[in-house]
Parts: sequence; structure tokens; C-alpha cells
Amino acid sequence: MTPLKKKLVRELWGMRGQALAIALVIAGGVATFVMSLSTLDSLQLTQAVFYAEYRFAEVFASLKRAPKSLEERIRNIPGVDRVDTRVVAGVNIVLEGYADPVTGLLISGANGNEGRLNALHLREGRFVDPLSDDEAIVSEAFAETQELAPGDSLSAIVNGHKKKLTIVGIALSPEYVNQIKPGSLIPDFKNYAILWMAEKPLATAYNMHGAFNNVALTLHAGANENEVIARLDDLLERYGSLGAYGRHDQLSHRYLHEEFRQLESMATMYPTIFLGVAAFLLNIVFGRLFQIEREQIAMLKAFGYSNFSIGLHYLQFVASIALIGLLLGIAGGVWMGRGLSSLYVDFYRFPEMLYRLDPRIVVWAAAVTLGSSFAGTVFAVRRAAMQPPSEAMRPETPARYGKTVFERIGLGRLYSEPMRMIARNLERRPVKALLTATGIAAAYAILVMGLFFRDSVDHMIDVQFWLAERDDITVNFNEPTSYRAMLELQRIEGVTYAEGFRSVPVRLRVGRRAYRTSILGLQPRSDLRRTLDEHLRPVDPSSAGLVLTDYLANLLGARVGDPVTVEVLEGARPVHETPLVGTINQFLGVSGYMQLGDLNRFMREGHALSGVYLAVDAEREAEIYSRLKEMPRVAGAEIKHKAIAAMQDMMAQQIMVFAGITTLLAGTIACGVVYNTARVTLSERSRELASLRVLGFTQGEAGFILLGELGFLTVLSLPMGAAMGKALCAVFMQSMETDIFRIPLILNPRTYAYAAVVILASSLLSGIVIRRKINRLDLVGALKTRE
Amino acid sequence: MTPDFSNAAPKPATVFEASALTKSYDMGEVRVRALRGIDLKLYEGEMVVLLGPSGSGKSTFLNILGGLDTATSGRVSYRGTNLTAARERELTWYRRNYIGFVFQFYNLIPSLTARENVAVVTEIAAAPMDPAAALKLVGLEDRIDHFPSQMSGGQQQRVAIARAIAKNPSVLLCDEPTGALDSETGSLVLETLERANRKLGTTTVVITHNSDIAQMADRVLQMRDGRIVSQECNPTKKSAKDIHW
Repeated sequence: MTPLKKKLVRELWGMRGQALAIALVIAGGVATFVMSLSTLDSLQLTQAVFYAEYRFAEVFASLKRAPKSLEERIRNIPGVDRVDTRVVAGVNIVLEGYADPVTGLLISGANGNEGRLNALHLREGRFVDPLSDDEAIVSEAFAETQELAPGDSLSAIVNGHKKKLTIVGIALSPEYVNQIKPGSLIPDFKNYAILWMAEKPLATAYNMHGAFNNVALTLHAGANENEVIARLDDLLERYGSLGAYGRHDQLSHRYLHEEFRQLESMATMYPTIFLGVAAFLLNIVFGRLFQIEREQIAMLKAFGYSNFSIGLHYLQFVASIALIGLLLGIAGGVWMGRGLSSLYVDFYRFPEMLYRLDPRIVVWAAAVTLGSSFAGTVFAVRRAAMQPPSEAMRPETPARYGKTVFERIGLGRLYSEPMRMIARNLERRPVKALLTATGIAAAYAILVMGLFFRDSVDHMIDVQFWLAERDDITVNFNEPTSYRAMLELQRIEGVTYAEGFRSVPVRLRVGRRAYRTSILGLQPRSDLRRTLDEHLRPVDPSSAGLVLTDYLANLLGARVGDPVTVEVLEGARPVHETPLVGTINQFLGVSGYMQLGDLNRFMREGHALSGVYLAVDAEREAEIYSRLKEMPRVAGAEIKHKAIAAMQDMMAQQIMVFAGITTLLAGTIACGVVYNTARVTLSERSRELASLRVLGFTQGEAGFILLGELGFLTVLSLPMGAAMGKALCAVFMQSMETDIFRIPLILNPRTYAYAAVVILASSLLSGIVIRRKINRLDLVGALKTRE
Repeated sequence: MTPDFSNAAPKPATVFEASALTKSYDMGEVRVRALRGIDLKLYEGEMVVLLGPSGSGKSTFLNILGGLDTATSGRVSYRGTNLTAARERELTWYRRNYIGFVFQFYNLIPSLTARENVAVVTEIAAAPMDPAAALKLVGLEDRIDHFPSQMSGGQQQRVAIARAIAKNPSVLLCDEPTGALDSETGSLVLETLERANRKLGTTTVVITHNSDIAQMADRVLQMRDGRIVSQECNPTKKSAKDIHW
């Protein structure tokens, strides 16, 4: 090893505390980078393999009923490769000894994968016997949470009749990687099931002999998806189609896609912050190192070392720290990536999670880490290497200090001497002080980002379920039903109040933009379901026209007053033009709203309802629910608070894990910044502090001058961090906004407080470590050192 | 007017030749005129002592000779090569191959042992000594694996001298080599320099403000206010051993 390499190794060891603190900050950035990208890559790989092996369809459509003979015509649409027609129906499920409402989907074609799209991956058991009428395969997540195995049985309310089904297999499908119920934010595995059965019993139950109500297609390579969708829509329109859609609008696929986007933003936002802070820390630490080694550098140059070899020596120094961080980060990232992937496996059901670390991610991580580390130091290294040796030999001129602004305006006598030293030091190097505070603020911001989700989701649940959807039970009818059905429900004992609603599938068009959704018709002054304005005040849909979720209005590019073309996808499929009369605020999904009577007139129908919202006596809820399930007219009933509780449970677990990781990461940054800044300041000012000690200052008083400055910067960083955190959350949220959900940016005081406590504790911890170094200051030695 | 002694007697080859050399630089808000016109020749194998109060320009002159600094005007050449016109890269090369420095505060690298401090330089030199041999020459063979912090000031300075001579330089430039040492250690260091000068024939320039040290020189130059105000040859050169202050 050359002497310079030995110098490097020994000096690195000598400043191991600082080097490690910086390496950990780098590691935090690299770890989040590697974690997000490797998880993303692994998920995409896993998804691609599953989709390909199990022939996930590319275009989907639901309709009312079409003859099987149509299949051939669909196949003849240019660009269509394979066609698979099915019977799909919503269903209520009854489990022995489980009172909560369970809903699900029944899908035909469970007798084998031969020739099928969206094929099943059997986890356990077998396919159903094509001739059986009581065998079913159930989705894995549901089976797992309900502890069901082949041989067990459950009942399904099939078209109003309770039917006992025997489970013969447990399966996964590329169509339901995310087994989420439409309109939910997160899946509720326990209460939502996908059941696959043979075709015959479903055809019998839903009057679909020789017919289908759902079709899936794959396309030839290079086919124009939009073209195929348009042709398919033309073909299916008269069969009650709700509009064909591609993978992008397929629920499970769409959630995965959103998850990927989140991982992508995570892979840029966090590493940028961490590596930025690390670059700043490297800058101040090496800036100080060059001051200390000024004369060594001069000596090396005097003996003929070139600027380049000296620059290289220090860049190797920087690179060593970066590499330690990089290696720790990669190891941490892989570990966290595996953890995250296994968390995803709970959420997204794949046959197996293929976790891999693509070497390109490592190369990228290395490039980004070395790049940012060098960016933070290259100017200081260059300056140090270029410094004329004769100049370096001369003692440095004393740092220039001046009176602070406060002193100049005559407030100087308000401070004590130590305060004056702190103030002048801060004012002498305002950029460094500001960057230090910014570094600590970044830690604060990371905490806020890690925790805000809890506040936002709490708020979302509050608004969605306590202000907007206030019913206890939502009842959906099989088909539009007269108002009398509502009166019937109202008479059930325990039902305190009922409001009917009409829901109509539509395609909305404004100019060239179109969107498939539904219009909800609400009773005037509806109390159980309210539409809210941006200030969360209930506003009734006006009778003059259509009200849209603000996000949807933006999506369509419609402003209040603009005409909207409404193509109804049900019944006689009327088409109307109606003005947009208002927008409302809504976090989950997007839809249109009208008054119930208006919608009925719009549909040219009498008093028809799609379902009823019920307020019930809590004690009788279970009893009411079991009665509802037995009613032939009722397609599904959902108990609100159970769904909310399930959602909150699931979120709570995730948020705990996330908050823990975030706290650790932010603590690393805060400690890294405070510790390094303090070490550098201590090194710069040890003579000054030792002199004060010699003059009779106590350890505490000497410590105050140094730590007071850091304390001040830490306190200064708190409001900066709060603002920065909020801004980052806003950027993150905005990038995550979609038509399926929009998470509001809500930050509760408890989040700010928690973040502040973590930052103060980290600073305090670093302060204690530094304070011990101040106490050990060698008074005589420090005065002898020539600097 | 600077007296010119260069033609007084047949001299060995000229190593340095300076003419009308000046140097000014900014120190904070003041402009310092460190050298105000120096004309001088230095010869092969000579031991020259440069005396003068602090601020007289000694170090600046030495730095320019050593290629650490460049003149503001005038000319200085090393064995006929003009240093004034040399670029940074050429100066680096020049220092690497021909010059050995000894500094007042030793400038050792604290994280390296005595041997490694010497090796830092022999590593890049064209025809160096073995670091251990260089350390033996300064009488530190038993301190070879000590770190600077484990050695006295005199020992550290001898390591610095070993470092300077280990590359077999043709010129040794010493800036107050005994400035930080007591008399006894100081003469030990001077003996080491004397030995290197005698044994290796290295042209040696020693800066000091201690006039006693002048007794060991072949030639003594006096500087004041950026000029050489006197030069005299020393007919009765004393051995470093016999010098005390």
C-alpha cells in the first residue's frame, strides 16, 4: 500500500464517527433507492410472468346479455387474437358462524384453463367438475383470512336463492391480483371473495344459457387497442354493454400501476433528499479537513506531488465514505426490498414473488451516490489541490468577524458575551448556517412525509364515511325497482330511516374527451348521502343539470356552464346534453350527481330506484342484515362501519411499519447533520474554547457557545422543516392523484409534534456526544497547536 | 547596490541565478512588496545561510527558488532553465526531481510513521534512497515505525530532513529548520544538514534569523526589506557541532 493510501485509511479511521454518520445518511438514500427500484422491478417482472403464463386479457367488457354466437363476430374484429366469454355476477356470501356481510363475484369457467383467458393458478385442490352445480374455487386471500380449505363449504345467494357450495380449490387469477372491491381504497380480503364455478350452474341461475354477460380479449401484437374497443362497443351496444375498456382501466391492473408509480416517486424523492444532505455534510467535513491539512497539502506539493494526484487522493477519501454508504445502502435496500415485497405479496396475489436485484439498479445507485458525493466536494477538493503551496505555508489570516445586525442597530447590550460569539459566528457564515438548518429541516420533512398518510387517511375516512356516506347499510337491488321496495325496507323493524337512490352507468363526453362512470340520483336534501363542496359543506345537486366530482370535471376539461353529453349505458340508452351546474369534492372515485327525480325523468322511467340507504338501530343491525340477504330483490348489502373498521385495521399495520422506518431514516439525517456540524465547529474553534476554559469558563459555559449555536439552528429548522415537509407531501400527493382516489393533504398537529420530538431528540443525542468531547478538551494542548 | 562577488575566484557550476527578482502579494487588505530586486548566483555544493529579520523576504525568496511560488518580475533560473516562465506542471516536475525542502514546523503527516513520511516522497522520486537508509543517515534508525506524535520536535525535524534528502535532491532548501527547537536539538539538526551537504554534495540554503548559525556556511547573505544587503564568504567555516546559541 502506498503511503498516501495508508494516510487515507488511518485518517478515515480517525474520523470514523463523522465518516460513519455521513455513510449512514448516504446509506439511507441508497437503501430507499434500491428498495423502491428493486421492488418495482421485481413486481413488474412477477406481474409480466403471471400475465403471460396465465393469459391476462387486454380488453374487457360487461354487458347485460348477448348470445354466444356473437363470439365469432368479436373474434373477427381486426386486431383481436383470442376471445373468452363468461358469466359474471355479484353475489352475497354466507359463512357459517361469521355474521359480517361478505360480498363477492361469481365467475364462470372454473373447469380448467384449456383455451381460457385470465386462467387460474391453483394453489390447492382441483378445478371444478364441469357437470357439477355446487363446486367452487375461491380466491386465495379470502380463503386465507377466512381459513377455508378444499372440502369446506359456504353459501351464496345466487339470484335470490341461497345455494350451498363446496370448495374444491383455492386459486389466483391475473385478473384479481388485487382482490379489491370496486370503490374501495384498499382490499378487504375477509369480506370480499372471488368465486369461480362451472358455466352451467351460473347460466341456469342467471338465465344465460347460450349467452354471456362478460367478455375478455387478447390482441395481436401491434393492434390498436382503441380501435378494437370502439368496434367492440359498436358490436355490444345493443346487448346492454357498459362500455369496453383496456387493461389501464381494469381495476386490479390499475391499482398495480398506481403502486408502481408510487414506488417510482419514492425512488426519486427520498434519495434526492438523503444524497443532497450527504453532499452538504461531505462539503463541510472536507472543507474543514482541507483547512487542517493545508500544510500537509503544501508539503506534498513542495515535494513534487501534482495537483491531480492530490485531488485524486482526496476524491478517493470522499469515494471511500460514499462506498461504505453505498454498500450499507445496497444491503439495507435489498433487505428492505425483500421486506416490502413480502408486504406486497399480502396485498397483491401472485403465484410467487420473484424478488431480484437487477445489477443495473446497483450501477445506477453507485453512479448517483458517487456523483452526488463528488458534486458536494469537487470544488473544495479542487481549491485545496490548486492552492499555491507557498500560500498554504503562511498561517491563515484570522477569520473576519464583524458586529451583527442586531449589534449595529444597538441591541448588542441585550446579549451576553457568549451569545455575542454565537450570533457573530452565525452571521459570519450565513450560508453554512442556513444549509445546516436546511439539512435538519430535511430530516423533519422526511418524518412529515412518512407520517402524513395517517392524518390524510383519517381525514378521508372521516369525510367520506361521516360527512358524505352517512348510511349504516347500503342496499343494492338486482335491477331498477319501484319506490315501493324502499317502503318495504323501511318497515323492517330497527330501520329508522331510508333514502332511495338511482345509479346509472354512463359515458360522459365533453368535446373529444370521454369518461365511463355512473350518475347517482339522490333524493332532495338527502341526509344519508351528501355531496360536499370544497369546504365540506353539504350542497344539494341542483335540478338544473349535472354535478361532477371536481377531479372528473378537470379530466373532461369542463367548466360550470359547459354542456356535457351523457350517454346512458343501460335500458333504452338515451343520450342527453345537460349543463354542468356544479362540482363537488370527493376523495374516492369520480362520478356524476343529479336529483333522483331528474335522473328518473332523464331515463324516461317512472319512480325507479337502484338501491336504498338505511339508517338502522345499531343493536338490530345483524338481524336486519340477515333479513336483507334473504330478499330476492337485494343483490348486495354492505354494513358501512364494518368496512371502515377493516380498512382502518389494515392501514394501521402498514402505517406502523412505515412510521418506524421513517423515524429511523430521519433520525439518521438529523444526527448526521448535527453531529458533523458540531464536530467541524468544535475542530475549528477548539483553541477558542480551550482559551475560554483557561480564562475560567466552566465546561458548561464553553459548551454553550458551541451547542447554543446548534440548538439555535435546530429550533430554526423546525418551521423550515414543517414547511418543507408540507410542500413535499403536496408534490407527492399531486403526483399520486388519480380518478380512483385523491388523498387530501392533511397534517395534524400530532404529526408536526412527533416530528419535532424526533428531531430535538436526535439533536440532543448528538449534542451530548459533542459535549463529552468539549469536556475532554486538552486545555494546554489546544493552546499549543499551531493553526 | 548589491556587491557582486561572483567573479572573485574560480567557482563551481552555477545552480541558481536570479536577476532583478521582485515579488508582491496581497495579504488581506495590504499589498506586501516582499522582494524588491534580487540579483544572486548560487553554486554547486555550496552551503549558504540566509540571514535577516522576519518579514525581510527570506522565505519568499526561498519559495521562488524552490518553485513553490513565482516571481512578480525579474528572472530566476535553475541550471540555465528559466523558472520564471515555467508553468505549474513544469514546476511540479522540477520540485519532484531536484528540490528537497525542510520546513520550520516539519510538516510531517501525522497519520504516517517516520518511514512512511519518507516513503511519501521516495515513492514519486526518480532515484531515491531507501527510506530506512535515509532515516539512518539522520540517526533515527530506531524510530522508524514511530508516528510524529510519538517523537520529539528534534526527531520530527530529522525525519523531515531524511524525507528531504531521501530523494537525492540536488538542492536542499531549509526554512528556519531549527526555529522551533532548543539549542541542543538544533545543533543536532544542523549536523545532519551539514553531513548531507558534505556527503551528498547537495547545494544547501538555510534560512534563519539566528546569526550564530551563519558560522557553518560557505557564504552568508543578509536580507532586509526584500533586498540582499550584504554577502560574505566565510573563510573559517565552523562545524555544526561547535555552534551554540
